[in-house]
Amino acid sequence: MEDVYVTIGLEVHCQLLTQAKMFCRCSTDYIGKTPNTLVCPVCMGLPGALPVLNRKALELAIKTALALRCEILPEVVFHRKNYFYPDLPKGYQISQYDSPIGVRGVLEFTLEGEKKRVRIRRVHVEEDAGKLVHEGLGIEGNVSGVDFNRAGIPLVEIVTEPDLHSPEEAKECLIMLRSIVRYLGVSDGNMEEGSLRCDANVSVSLSPDVPGAKVEIKNMNSFRSVFRALSYEVERQAALLREGKVPVQETRHWDEVRQITVPSRGKEEAEDYRYFPDPDLLPLQISQEMLKEIQATIPELPLQKKERFMREYELTEPEAHILVQDRDLAEFFEACVREFPAPRMVCNFVLTEVLKNLNAHNITIRESKVTPSMLAELLKMVERKEIGISLAKGIFEEMFVTGMGARDVMAKKGIAFLTSERDLEKIVHQVIEENPQSVADYLRGKEKALHFLIGQVMKATRGQANPEVAKSLLLRELTSGE
Amino acid sequence: MNLCDFRNFTIRNYQDLFARGELSPRELLSIFLQRIREVDPLLHAFLFVNEEGAFARAQELEEKGKDKDTRPPLWGIPVAIKDNICTLGIPTTCASRILEGYVPPYNATAVERLEAAGAIVLGKTNMDEFAMGSSTENSAYGPTRNPFDLRRVPGGSSGGSAAALAALEVPLALGSDTGGSVRQPAAFCGIVGLRPTYGRVSRYGLVSFASSLDQIGPMARTVADTITLFEIISGRDERDSTCAPYPPFSRTEIPHKEEVRKMVVGLPREYFSGGVDSRIVRAIEEVLKGLEGEGLTIREVSLPHTNYALEAYYIVAPSEASSNLARYDGVLYGLREGGAGSLQDMYFKTRTSGFGVEVKRRILLGTYSLSSGYYDAYYLRGMKVRTLVRQDFEKAFEECHVLITPVSPVFPFFFGERTKDPYEMYLADVFTIPSAMAGIPALSLNCGYVDGLPVGLQIIAGPFQEGMLFGLALFLEEMLALPLPFPEIGQ
Repeated sequence: MEDVYVTIGLEVHCQLLTQAKMFCRCSTDYIGKTPNTLVCPVCMGLPGALPVLNRKALELAIKTALALRCEILPEVVFHRKNYFYPDLPKGYQISQYDSPIGVRGVLEFTLEGEKKRVRIRRVHVEEDAGKLVHEGLGIEGNVSGVDFNRAGIPLVEIVTEPDLHSPEEAKECLIMLRSIVRYLGVSDGNMEEGSLRCDANVSVSLSPDVPGAKVEIKNMNSFRSVFRALSYEVERQAALLREGKVPVQETRHWDEVRQITVPSRGKEEAEDYRYFPDPDLLPLQISQEMLKEIQATIPELPLQKKERFMREYELTEPEAHILVQDRDLAEFFEACVREFPAPRMVCNFVLTEVLKNLNAHNITIRESKVTPSMLAELLKMVERKEIGISLAKGIFEEMFVTGMGARDVMAKKGIAFLTSERDLEKIVHQVIEENPQSVADYLRGKEKALHFLIGQVMKATRGQANPEVAKSLLLRELTSGE
Repeated sequence: MNLCDFRNFTIRNYQDLFARGELSPRELLSIFLQRIREVDPLLHAFLFVNEEGAFARAQELEEKGKDKDTRPPLWGIPVAIKDNICTLGIPTTCASRILEGYVPPYNATAVERLEAAGAIVLGKTNMDEFAMGSSTENSAYGPTRNPFDLRRVPGGSSGGSAAALAALEVPLALGSDTGGSVRQPAAFCGIVGLRPTYGRVSRYGLVSFASSLDQIGPMARTVADTITLFEIISGRDERDSTCAPYPPFSRTEIPHKEEVRKMVVGLPREYFSGGVDSRIVRAIEEVLKGLEGEGLTIREVSLPHTNYALEAYYIVAPSEASSNLARYDGVLYGLREGGAGSLQDMYFKTRTSGFGVEVKRRILLGTYSLSSGYYDAYYLRGMKVRTLVRQDFEKAFEECHVLITPVSPVFPFFFGERTKDPYEMYLADVFTIPSAMAGIPALSLNCGYVDGLPVGLQIIAGPFQEGMLFGLALFLEEMLALPLPFPEIGQ
């Protein structure tokens, strides 16, 4: 794809983490709930019902816009976006049009260590629609149902400028965006569950000066499918151009099963949404105090954190990159370092053992039973050479499953501490007695024989001995013995 | 007790009878239900009579209200509700086929407050479909007739509430006013109707026609009863963002007679020029002479943008309506036709057969006005005219306390007289639309009869100045001492 120029812009929707919906008091906790149990006249769009803004949704949207370094507009105006669809109970969606929450922001991310920058065109807040259900209704015939539990949940929409130039960039940009909304606590950013949704505009051209046709891609339900759909689409458009054909401006759907994009039918054709200010909601002024208060709640963001980790803890870029992707993991790391100030060792252990166990159990660090103090305690024992690193790994697995501390795990498993040199001395004596040939070899100057003897001590202690201690005891016995 | 005794009654009189034990809520209910049975087949003011529910409610009130000193202000008083105001468990159709059989699962705030005040919902009144019209001829269930002359319209869109009051089928009613829908029928039926300041009464549960204009308004036979109703239904409501955060209206805001005598009354010259029936102008001039005699100052003022208000209204109101009525799509409630076909087919068939001609006309008008490329020239310009109209009033109120105008340029017209040309019908609201566009309160009051037909006088005041309206209306009512309507029906 060296011969083509790729331009990609993203349009991302995140469900905001409010307790109540955007314009009524129904709960937003809809996952797994019986359809149409979290509804009221307002979110069902019953005649006569009126929306009342949930201020929390507005605050979270402003927080997002501030974190993306947007200019915040002084007045919030809600517009109606008019179109017909069965999942839209009022026949219009309450959204924002020419007066969004924020404009002209910036998002930075890194791709293979290189810093990239994408401009944010706008951040606005709107309500979610219901969900069509086509299966499992228990009704005869070709029938669809609508579940309005999701209808009215607040969404923040983030639109980037077309500043991305490869599917890799688009994917990293999206991962950074998810990371940011999670850091902010404004959304759980879960693509599989639909709390983060992404559409993309892709255009491919033969020259950077000639813009390609804008093709909108929808229905990408994971980071992987974003990457695959965009890669497919770039290749499709590039192939057309190479054949001397021109891609048409259209909306296409990503078909996850066939792993291709297909033209969308019907609904999308040049719709006129007849936007106008919603007369049911009065314009709201955003005060400077309000902005200041919200600004104060914005934590250190992933990129800043990464740079600080590299500086403060001398981590490599890839190490810091992985650590900061998940705010909880980054905080786990830092908390552990606070108790055990050996960042290199903590980082190595977190990036290998902790992640391995999290993945194996498919849980997040927040859900795990191991606390930073517990890990610090374990690593301290390794540092004091009370246990070896391979034993530490095993102990950690057990800690991970049971939630017990390192010492409790050892006690339970009958793993003794080899702190007592007398215990070890006995074993050393025994090893020397049982291996006269090796002893003789060593005394004749064969260094290798010493390693064999250390190995025998380790074997006899089932790996629990500190090899350094074993070595010094052996040396003491061998050199003073005769 | 029989109905004739109630002719000049206010709520106070019923309460006195209740207090003396000479009348019970159930007895009162029976008398009104009997009246409805007698005259409503001719008038068709009601779309639904809540006989069973009302009796149950009356019985409950009687049981709970044994202590007459703790009875709420509307204890046992029947009230009629316009059919675009949601009533829990009682059909609410907006006089449209598309909502045939629709029963709301909740009460509008205004209804909730009436019930909390002890009122009994007697039934739902007829109207122009979705409040679009000035004669009730646009009701999908047939028009209401004017009790003064059955060949004539009662006005609209709250024609059912107005006719029911004039015929004494009910002592109190709620209407709704978007461009004059409370005031014009009140004028045509010789009763009292108030359009409150926009935001003074919660719209929660009022089925939206044009959200930035719709207001629920109290309607009654006397000014005193209108005040009582308004005190109960007004005031902040956290379920309506456009509802003003002020406490309910209180009669302490009403100026005393002596203060009224010091009022300066403005006469907007644009409301008295050509196109107004001269007999209406004469009737109002009579009243003005009387007021001058009582010491009030009459001053001519000008509202130069009056002529543009109507045009702008027919951009803004249909635009909002086109969006508000999008929800009637056959999916969730109400009529559904062509459900077995494609989605588009169902939308098309449901809306084609569910909406009447005038509703469709306004949906089309509004859809066009909001369309990309036309928005600036129509909707945006309409909103700008609205600002100018409001500024006209602000300026006028620098010179006077209230304005007096005719409510309607014409007398109640005959059925079919204005249905052929929609613009003719729209002109019937030419004097009620400007104040609606400005969001300010206005009251319609009967000021006399010409050839047996009532003449409506409109008093307009600045925002939240309902007290002024009531002050002058009470003064006029006493000064004119007109008999309350009790027309012979069906002769």
